[in-house]
Amino acid sequence: MKTLNAVHAFRHALKPLGAALLLASTQTLAAVAYVSNEKDDTLSLIDLDSQTVIETIDVGERPRGIIFSKDMKYLYICASDSDTVQVMDLSNHQIITELPSGEDPEQFALHPNNRFLYIANEDDALVTVVDTQSKEVIAQIDVGVEPEGMAVSPDGKWAINTSETTNMLHWIDTKTHTLVDNTLVDQRPRHVEFSDDGSRVWASSEIGGTVSVIDTDSRQIIEKLSFKIRGVHPDKVQPVGIKLTADGKYAFVALGPANHVAVVDAKTYEVLDYLLVGRRVWHLAFNEDQSQLLTTNGVSGDVSVVDIADLKVTKSIKVGRYPWGVVVKP
Amino acid sequence: MRRTLAIATLFCSSTAFAAENTEVNIAYLEFVPPKPPLLSNILPPPEDAGLRGSELAIKDSNTTGRFLKQHYQLETRVSDSQSELLQQATQLQARGISLFVSNMPADQLKALSARLGDQALIFNAGSASDQLRSNSCLNNVLHTLPSRSMLTDALGQWLIAKRLNKWFLISGDKPADKAYSAALKRSAKRFGGKIVEEKQWSFDTDLRRTAQKELPLFTQGKDYDVVLVADELGDFGEYVQFNTWLPRPVAGTQGLTPVAWHRVVEQWGAAQLQSRFDKLTGRWMTNKDYAAWAAVRSIAEAVTRTKSNDMNTLRNYILSDQFELAAFKGRKLNYRPWNGQLRQPIPLVHPRALVSQPPQEGFLHPKTELDTLGYDAPESQCQI
Repeated sequence: MKTLNAVHAFRHALKPLGAALLLASTQTLAAVAYVSNEKDDTLSLIDLDSQTVIETIDVGERPRGIIFSKDMKYLYICASDSDTVQVMDLSNHQIITELPSGEDPEQFALHPNNRFLYIANEDDALVTVVDTQSKEVIAQIDVGVEPEGMAVSPDGKWAINTSETTNMLHWIDTKTHTLVDNTLVDQRPRHVEFSDDGSRVWASSEIGGTVSVIDTDSRQIIEKLSFKIRGVHPDKVQPVGIKLTADGKYAFVALGPANHVAVVDAKTYEVLDYLLVGRRVWHLAFNEDQSQLLTTNGVSGDVSVVDIADLKVTKSIKVGRYPWGVVVKP
Repeated sequence: MRRTLAIATLFCSSTAFAAENTEVNIAYLEFVPPKPPLLSNILPPPEDAGLRGSELAIKDSNTTGRFLKQHYQLETRVSDSQSELLQQATQLQARGISLFVSNMPADQLKALSARLGDQALIFNAGSASDQLRSNSCLNNVLHTLPSRSMLTDALGQWLIAKRLNKWFLISGDKPADKAYSAALKRSAKRFGGKIVEEKQWSFDTDLRRTAQKELPLFTQGKDYDVVLVADELGDFGEYVQFNTWLPRPVAGTQGLTPVAWHRVVEQWGAAQLQSRFDKLTGRWMTNKDYAAWAAVRSIAEAVTRTKSNDMNTLRNYILSDQFELAAFKGRKLNYRPWNGQLRQPIPLVHPRALVSQPPQEGFLHPKTELDTLGYDAPESQCQI
């Protein structure tokens, strides 16, 4: 054991001094965005003050969904082609362990209890629930074909999975880990997002071109949004990632190959604006005070930064090939 | 153990769509035509092309169906005798089956269509015949396989976009080759390609030994930008590439090929379909597999949205504006109401990569650019 640690320390010492210094300083000062690069098997780390990539870290194959543990100690990484969820220690960026995830994990969500991880297994039509402490699979729930989006309600009661070819939201009771209801939505549901108070669920349908807003209590669709961008054929407007501001003011919807993010009034459901970002915009993340929105742009291989007060795109930052997921560490 | 429990609860507690069980029975009919000898026979196509695609779609649909109390079942009949197959079809219809997936050439499909009449909905996953989409219109048939002219229009658009305007056309002498070359000529006219030379391949030498000697001479002629090959079965076409007199790309049935589907298509979630298919069959998904998959998925999508298994209800829904199919081609697909053809982008591929997926940008259409591929409403006599 001791020898191993020594080797470890030695390796660290060999790291370029500049990077190490930068890293040390960012940990105390600036927020850092972690971006998974699906076709490079890496994470790009962006310093949000300087808006530059400060580090690129090798991870498992085809990294897609990424989330932090609630205590910000760990980063969970869906390494889809390695069929595992990797756990990265955020203090030293080492992969410290892997969780049994079922095959081809794509997206996942962490329960507010900071223990149960709900993982969509895209190839197996399953949702796998893993206890991150005991590292055991505690349940597997059959869902529709190509499970993709995952979300857990703020009160921890519901886990929702979307299945892309079955076109449903599957409602999983987190106490019993059984599927209790399904909501049929438009073609190819990709992503689900709860409102902060948990009363609404926003679900994007990539091929249907719509976003359904669903009432959590009745599990019925109460509003369906569609999008129109001048000069873009309606079939190319394909909603994927969604983020809702905590003040309940805005919803941001990434529109895939339409290369725009829609700004929606989260109360009236009116589309207020379309912001031009990189090509095939995929997923979204806020910085801590929600003054900025980051978007991963798969085809152009970059991240766009949106200033939320002005609703303007201020910067694009080159990352790896096919950036997919993004999360921001304050 | 937990998993079994979960399934059990799932069946009794799904409330949103609680209803009677919906049984959907679909028949897959395949006519196996005699195989002529081929020069290029190193990589034979899989013998169960088509069938396995419909099987995967049944599996996909049942995974969805268990949440909606739908159950899909496939009856399969494969024969090299047309009369036997027609008899089987009649028997299946007498047993109450009205939904069919057909994998057979145009002549056999016409006979099947006539035999089953208006109490059947047939999905053509086997014939690319343009005639069926333009003047021999069959009221009870929808087409999920792209027609030849959809394929050649896709290629034609790409060639014109690349300014490869001068085409040297080599056609085989089988009827299918002639139909493909007719489609290429139609595409040339539509998009402004110029066929500078046209030759028919009728040599009976073994090209694996002599391609290097024969083809340079055969492709001498006026200057051309591209050599187009019409050789559907792959008799000589594989040997054209790298053996032309002028160093030019080869496209058509060989070289750069317009297809309904190919293993190299992986965008828009296609990687998932490919890996599901691979898991089920251990081989690559072909054009006919894709067409048969899309046929069964179209039925299932209509069943889900209409909550019905009635053939007429399904047919009306599938041909309506509301129908949309997510089929891994980057946009929703639906059917042309005049001739029942599934609109779809056409991948242009070479054996190891996707090159482009027309419709190409800039080829405009008042309704949908997908209708720049194949017989558009004013060009087709069909009104099914």
